[in-house]
Amino acid sequence: MKAALIGLGSVGRGVAEMIAQKKPGITLTGIADSKSGRICNEGIDIAAVLETKRTSGFCGDTAISAHDVITNADYDVLIEVTPTNALTGEPALGYIRAALLRKKHIVTSNKGPIALAYKELSALAKKNGVALRYEATVGGAIPIMHTLEDGLCGNEIVAVRGVLNGTCNYILTRMAAEGLTYEQALMEAREMGYAEADPTYDVKGIDAAIKLVILANTIWGNGTKLDDVDVTGIDLLTPDALRLAENGDCTIRLIAEAIPAKKILRVSPRLIAKDHSLVIEGSLNAITLETDMAKEITLIGKGAGSVETASAIIGDILYIRDHYDRRA
Amino acid sequence: MKLEMKDSPGQLVAALKPISDVGGNIIAVIHHREPDSDTHTLNVQIVLALPEGRLDKLVTLLKEQGVHIQRIGKERLLYKRTVILIGHLMHTDLSDTVDRIDSTGFAEVCEISMSMPAINERSTSRVTLKATNRVDMESALAVLRKVSAEKSLLLIEPLEETA
Repeated sequence: MKAALIGLGSVGRGVAEMIAQKKPGITLTGIADSKSGRICNEGIDIAAVLETKRTSGFCGDTAISAHDVITNADYDVLIEVTPTNALTGEPALGYIRAALLRKKHIVTSNKGPIALAYKELSALAKKNGVALRYEATVGGAIPIMHTLEDGLCGNEIVAVRGVLNGTCNYILTRMAAEGLTYEQALMEAREMGYAEADPTYDVKGIDAAIKLVILANTIWGNGTKLDDVDVTGIDLLTPDALRLAENGDCTIRLIAEAIPAKKILRVSPRLIAKDHSLVIEGSLNAITLETDMAKEITLIGKGAGSVETASAIIGDILYIRDHYDRRA
Repeated sequence: MKLEMKDSPGQLVAALKPISDVGGNIIAVIHHREPDSDTHTLNVQIVLALPEGRLDKLVTLLKEQGVHIQRIGKERLLYKRTVILIGHLMHTDLSDTVDRIDSTGFAEVCEISMSMPAINERSTSRVTLKATNRVDMESALAVLRKVSAEKSLLLIEPLEETA
């Protein structure tokens, strides 16, 4: 299977390394970062490219753009792992459209295009007879989309609840365990590499809300938008709140919740019993699906990380290989 | 309620039956038998949940069974939920916040623990509400949501268990 990889940040590097190391039968014919690109239809030497990227900051020729790779390289599947832009979805949205029009499968970890334009993109993929897969957008390594689409496919999903942001979960875990203030716990999360320099999207609950939108659209196809989600972050929580929760054998977690029958679509800090299955420690993620036949299913796993996210992406690529006719 | 009845076979069942007849739900039955009592009566304490307005009917039915009611203790609000409120709770008139719940008639604030770290800093409180049932609790939480939005308080609600 031939693939083009767009984006060489933490996720892109993890994908490239795992393809080189585990040899799952994927050949990279195109690769691009934000400033340069490289096309080699016989197969790129991944180790050499990663080394070039590490020393020079470029993965290829600055005269070749990501768009050139997408429109010119010979590949079956586009691996789109550029950073998320929640407002416009660009440039990823344009990349995905261009590849779909060339009848190429899409595997992406990019939340922006899926949250903003799921309907349009999935229709475009369907029209062109290709797959649009985005397992890595929600819950990192947790195979939530595979679970929904395969294992639970005969079920009606009644409700979804989840801990979808590892940064918030880490902060809340530390505030509860050590009595830290929000500011102290955030600083610690930064030092541990769990929080971005600008943590706004995480701590205000927006990242979790975007993931909830993706889940809701996947499960119910109801055209949910980010604006529909009632969002409250964790940045105003006090250490006293966690202490008072503790007195009642509870704690506080940022929970994303969607229950269409009750018109509930919200991300907010919630009081939750300490022995509840969604009370997980550190930067983990967890998702509970409430269904008509299977009843409750909870999945817990690493919500982020280079290799962990690569697990979801490679899973999607191999799914396409096994479920779609391979074109020459 | 505390009941006194004849200590003979079938009496306890006869006393319990009217409870289900009026749509009540028995939560606990405590059965005392004084070993050295020679009064030939049995004292039974029953904890039960009863739909609104059915108590008089139950009392009548029990009397017809020859059961003597010693005492009825009423606890009207059985459904409890705990929330956390963060913000300027005193400056935004805590007693008004409590009153907005209490004045609904179907729910009330039964417990508050509060922590006020410093003057002019936001305080945090754990507030327990009681309501007659789940639906009324939902309405009470809706009132609290509205009040919190008005007063810029952060309301942390409990996670509901099932959809």
